[in-house]
Amino acid sequence: MNEQTNTLNTGPTVGQVKKQTFTFGQTGEELTLDCGRTLAPVSLAFETCGTLNKTKSNAILICHALTGDSHVAGFYSPDDNKPGWWDLMVGPGKPIDTNKYFVICSNVIGGCMGSTGPVSRNAATNKPYGTDFPVVTIGDMVECQRRLIDSLDIDKLLAVIGGSVGGMQVLEWSVRYPDRVCAALPLATTTKHSAQAIAFNEVARQAIMADPTWNQGNYYETGRPEHGLAVARMIGHITYLSDESMRHKFDRKLQDRCEFSFDFEADFQVESYLRYQGNKFVDRFDANSFLYLTKAADYFNLENAYGEGSLMAAFSRARCRYLVISFTSDWLYPTYQSKTMVKAMKKNGLDVSFCEIEAPWGHDAFLLPNERLNNLLSGFLDRVRAECVRGDTDAI
Amino acid sequence: MRFDLQVIASWIEPESRVLDLGCRTGSLLIHLTQEKSIRGTGIEIDETAAGEAIAKGLSVIHGDIYEEIEDYPDNVFDYVILSQTLQQVYDPEKLIREMLRVGKRCIVSFPNFTHIKNRLQMFLSGRAPVSKELPYEWFNTPNIRVIPIIDFRRFCAGLNIPIVREVALSTHHHDTKGRVIHFLPNLLATFGVFMLGQAEK
Repeated sequence: MNEQTNTLNTGPTVGQVKKQTFTFGQTGEELTLDCGRTLAPVSLAFETCGTLNKTKSNAILICHALTGDSHVAGFYSPDDNKPGWWDLMVGPGKPIDTNKYFVICSNVIGGCMGSTGPVSRNAATNKPYGTDFPVVTIGDMVECQRRLIDSLDIDKLLAVIGGSVGGMQVLEWSVRYPDRVCAALPLATTTKHSAQAIAFNEVARQAIMADPTWNQGNYYETGRPEHGLAVARMIGHITYLSDESMRHKFDRKLQDRCEFSFDFEADFQVESYLRYQGNKFVDRFDANSFLYLTKAADYFNLENAYGEGSLMAAFSRARCRYLVISFTSDWLYPTYQSKTMVKAMKKNGLDVSFCEIEAPWGHDAFLLPNERLNNLLSGFLDRVRAECVRGDTDAI
Repeated sequence: MRFDLQVIASWIEPESRVLDLGCRTGSLLIHLTQEKSIRGTGIEIDETAAGEAIAKGLSVIHGDIYEEIEDYPDNVFDYVILSQTLQQVYDPEKLIREMLRVGKRCIVSFPNFTHIKNRLQMFLSGRAPVSKELPYEWFNTPNIRVIPIIDFRRFCAGLNIPIVREVALSTHHHDTKGRVIHFLPNLLATFGVFMLGQAEK
């Protein structure tokens, strides 16, 4: 979700990557969703980097955040100057080292970056689903990822890693398929949205739905609700920053002027920044997808789904090692939410490490360069690799 | 590794489960993992130290020992270690009882306050003792408890907590070398190390 990584030199690269598509459910094996509806066929866009070893025991699944995509690292072409969204973290010699690990990242179901979602064509009507698309959950996203992992003939993932809404998928994986995950790394995430987090999502959804061009989700032939989606993104960006990072970045500085305009131009830098982020987002994202994905995040509740209201009972299903990380200035998913999950893991006797990283940048911190985060991830993964990767000399 | 930690390490049975409270960067746990194949867990309040310990491949919780120990079920550890921290603990009875709830044995090491150098300093200068082991002034010390070895024994007896093993050491805080003191430990030892068992019920 962060845009700052685009301008950074992200160091050694995995080189050129290719977006691939995995489709299932064409002949039976349709997907039954948590909402009860079925969906088929379902396509997932995914990318891989690194090499799968002979025992298929070095695979790491990376789960992207709310509006991310499968393009986790590398470049699409030699002329492409924009690396994948976590190129800082994924590559040769980087913390998620593609010399050691086979990295998989897929676009979530409900998304708009190549996987089946509201923008996809509904075979029954030969038109985009729009809001006829069924409401999907984090569980549905993970169910689809599981089928992708099956198709790659990988029995057990060495690790599942993700931040924010990606972290929810990590947690879901660890209790939904406990025997298929060696280690789970939920970063800057939560086991359930707070009322505050739901509130921000609802305001963002209302911004889209209040845009007349949204037209109950049927806008694919008439023009997209660009203004509503841009406002929704602006709200999101506020929650990804922090008071301190905004003060540091913008304070009350004016944009391209030395006096107030005395009209409703973007006087302040922070206004200009939000408008820029909003407008840029509109070019790459689908408004209906945004509605579906925020709803999935709001519905996520690990303790209700797996523990009849008890988080401890939910984690009693888990078998993997955990590395839980939070950031001091993240007020969207504050540290107490990470501590709650750590507590439930400890009570179950699970092997868990936890670190709250001091960082002023708010929720976005997990996507920004951070030496501590790098060391934690690479050290933890080295241990998991030593404990779980079989016949590693086979790895190229 | 510090001499008191070497002594503690020598007391740990192979392949046991160990919780190290205030594990710093995890040197004791690494040593025990490599030498005795223990399954170790650490709790450390300092982010940098906890981060380094996790990066070494240890299972470490970044947090406060008093809060974090409460989450563990009874008897999940064979040993719970508190090295050179007891003198900073606000409620030693509560913490030691928690340690003996989550672990079958607990091991505690602390600087012996009534070491002869401290006694002489107080007696001759009339001032609060400042030593290599307790290097702070009264106004900046984190050490809020003064613990003579014999008082610690009385403390355990009062709580009906059995002392399984004990040894008195003469060593400097960061020294990797030292010796065991058999003669007049409360006067001549700089550190006491105790292994405690669960109270009789």
